[in-house]
Amino acid sequence: MEELSALWGGFIVVLNPFNLALMIVGILLGVVIGVLPGLGGANGVAILLPLTFSMPPTSAIIMLSCIYWGALFGGAITSILFNIPGEPWSVATTFDGHPMAQQGKADEALTAAFTSSFVGALVAVIVITFLAPVVAKFALKFGPAELFAVQFLTFASFIGMGKGSPFKTLASMTLGFALASVGLDTVTGQLRMTFGTAELLTGFKFLTAVIGLFGIGEILASMETGLSFAGTHARLRLNAVIETWKKLPAYWATSIRSCIIGCWMGITPGGATPASFMSYGIAKRFSKNGERFGKGELEGVVAPETAAHAAGTSALLPMLTLGIPGSPTAAVLLGGLLIWGLQPGPLLFVEQKDFVWGLIASMYLGNLAGLVIVLTCVPLFAAILRIPFSIVAPAILVICAVGAYTVNNAMFDVWMMVMFGIVGYVFNKLGYPLPPLVLALVLGDMAESSFRQSMLLSQGSLTIFWSNELVGGIMTLGALLLSWPVIAWVLDKFREAKPA
Amino acid sequence: MSHNKDGGGEKRLVSTRTMEIAVALILLLVAGIVIADSLRLGVRWREIEGPGAGYFPFYIGVLLAISSVVVLIRAAFDKSGTATNFVSKPAFRQVLAVLVPLIVYVAALSVIGIYIASAVYIALFMWYFGGYSPLKGAAIGAAISLSLFLMFEIWFLVPLPKGPVEEFFGF
Repeated sequence: MEELSALWGGFIVVLNPFNLALMIVGILLGVVIGVLPGLGGANGVAILLPLTFSMPPTSAIIMLSCIYWGALFGGAITSILFNIPGEPWSVATTFDGHPMAQQGKADEALTAAFTSSFVGALVAVIVITFLAPVVAKFALKFGPAELFAVQFLTFASFIGMGKGSPFKTLASMTLGFALASVGLDTVTGQLRMTFGTAELLTGFKFLTAVIGLFGIGEILASMETGLSFAGTHARLRLNAVIETWKKLPAYWATSIRSCIIGCWMGITPGGATPASFMSYGIAKRFSKNGERFGKGELEGVVAPETAAHAAGTSALLPMLTLGIPGSPTAAVLLGGLLIWGLQPGPLLFVEQKDFVWGLIASMYLGNLAGLVIVLTCVPLFAAILRIPFSIVAPAILVICAVGAYTVNNAMFDVWMMVMFGIVGYVFNKLGYPLPPLVLALVLGDMAESSFRQSMLLSQGSLTIFWSNELVGGIMTLGALLLSWPVIAWVLDKFREAKPA
Repeated sequence: MSHNKDGGGEKRLVSTRTMEIAVALILLLVAGIVIADSLRLGVRWREIEGPGAGYFPFYIGVLLAISSVVVLIRAAFDKSGTATNFVSKPAFRQVLAVLVPLIVYVAALSVIGIYIASAVYIALFMWYFGGYSPLKGAAIGAAISLSLFLMFEIWFLVPLPKGPVEEFFGF
C-alpha cells in the first residue's frame, strides 16, 4: 500500500504544533465566515489568502482548507436557525432543518448536519486518497453534453415529486430560469432583459434572491402569526448530540446513497449544489417518510448535507490532479497554489509529495477537528433561538441587508432583496414552491451554457444527449425520474385492478 | 389550512382567489417580457454562433406563459378560493408594520450608513413589537451595530455603506 505510507508521511508533516494551531484558528475563522452572510467559503478563503503568503506552502494550504471546512460547517448553522442559506448548497438543508428548529429541535438538526457533513467529507477524502489517478481520468470524459445531462438529472430528481400543482412548480422553476438569464450573455455578449439598466448587467444574484425569498419571506410570514417562534421554547439539552447520534444509524442507506451522489458529482464537475438538491430529491423519493419531508425530517437534513460535503471535498481532486477546479472555492485555492509556485497537475503528486500528502492528511485531521469544535458548540448555537423574537427578527433583517449588500457592494441588491422577500411571502401563501425557483436561478446559467455548447457540437441535433452510454444513461435516468409520478400512478392503477 | 385559522370571523382583506389570479397575471406579464426580449435577441440558429442569445430564454418564457395560463384558468373557474382568506386585516397590519419600516430602513442605508440605520431599526423594532424600553432597545441595537462594524470594517475589511457619523470618526 504505497498510498498508506505516503499518507502516514503526510500525517507526520501535519502533526506539529504550529500546523495544529493553524488548523484550529482556520476552523474558527471559517465558522465565523460561514455564519456571516455574504462571506462564503470562496470569499473567505480569498480574503484570507494574503495572510498565508508568509507561511510555508504546506502550512498555508492547511490553514486555508481548514477555513474551508469551518465555512462549510458554519453555513449549516444559519440555514437551520434562520432559514438563510449562506451558500447555494445549503439551500436544501433549510427544507427540513429550519422546520426542525421551529419545532424546538435545532440541536438535533445541527448535530445531524454536522455529523453528515463529516461523514460525506470523510468518504470523499478516502476516495481521494486511494482513487486519485483513476478518478482524475474519469473527470476528463465529461463534456458539455454530459454536464447538461447531470443538470437535467438534478432538475428531474427534484421536480417530479412536488406535492402541489405541477403547473405552479413549473411556473416557479421557469421564473428562476428567466431570472438567471438576465444580464450579459456570455456566449454572444448581448445584453438580455436589462432594458438599459446598468444594475441588471450582472443579472440577479443567487444570494440576493435566497436571502429575500427565505430570510425576509420567513420573517414576514412569522409576523403574520404573531410573534410566536416555537424554537424559543426549546429546552436546552446538553446531551442532544448523543441522542441524535443514536437516531442517525437508521439512515445508513440515505447516507451511502448521498455519499455516492456527492463524490460522483464532485469529481465530475457537477458540483456541490446539484449534488445536495439531487440527494434530497432522491432521498425523498426512496424514504419511507418521503411525504413528511419538508416538515422537519432528520433524514431530510442528512441527505443534502452528506452529498454537499462529499461533493465539495471531492471537488479538490480534479484540482490537484488535473488543475481543474471543481468548485469556486477550489478555484481560489488553485490560485493560491499558483502563487506559491506550485503547478497543479499529475506532476504535483510526483514532485511535491510532502505538499500533496500533507494536504490530504490535513483534510482528515481538519475535518475531525472541525467536527469536534462545532459539536461542542451545538447547545450554544441552539441557545441563540432562546433570544426573544423581537430582538432576533430585526437582527436577522439587518444581517440580511448586510448580506445582500456585500454580494455586489450595491444598494440595488438590497432593494432586490426586499422585493424577493415580498415574492417569497406571496408565493409561500399561494403554494408556489420556492426550491425549484432557487435551483433554476443557481444552475440556470450553467445549464444553458452546457446546453448551447452541446448544441454547437452537434450542430443543433438533440441526439448528442444519447450519443454514448454515459450521457445517454444519465439522460434516460433523468427522463425516468421526471415521469415517475405518471409511472407510479399507472402502476397503482394496475395493482388496484388485479386483486379486485 | 389557513382557511380554518384566519377565515371565518376575522375581517377579510383579499380572497385567495383574487391573489391567485393577480399573481398568475403578473407571471404572464413576466413571460411576455421574456418572450418579447428573446425575440429581439434572436431565437434562431446562427451560422457560426449556434443558437442565438434568445434561444433558451424564449422556450423558458413559453413554458412560463403556459403554466401561468393554466393556473389562471383554474383560479378563475374554481370558486372555492373566493371564500378563503389570503390574509386577514390584523395579520396584514402586522406584516406591513415590518415591511414599511424595512423599506424606510433600506432607503436610509445609503444616506446615514448601515450601522446607524441598523441600530435605530433594531431599537424601534424591539420597542414596538417587544415592548422593551427605548433605552434597552438602543443599547442592544448599538451593540449589534458595533459588532458588525468590528467584524466587517476592521477584521474582514469588507466596506459597508457608511454615512456622515462614520466619516466624522475617520472611516
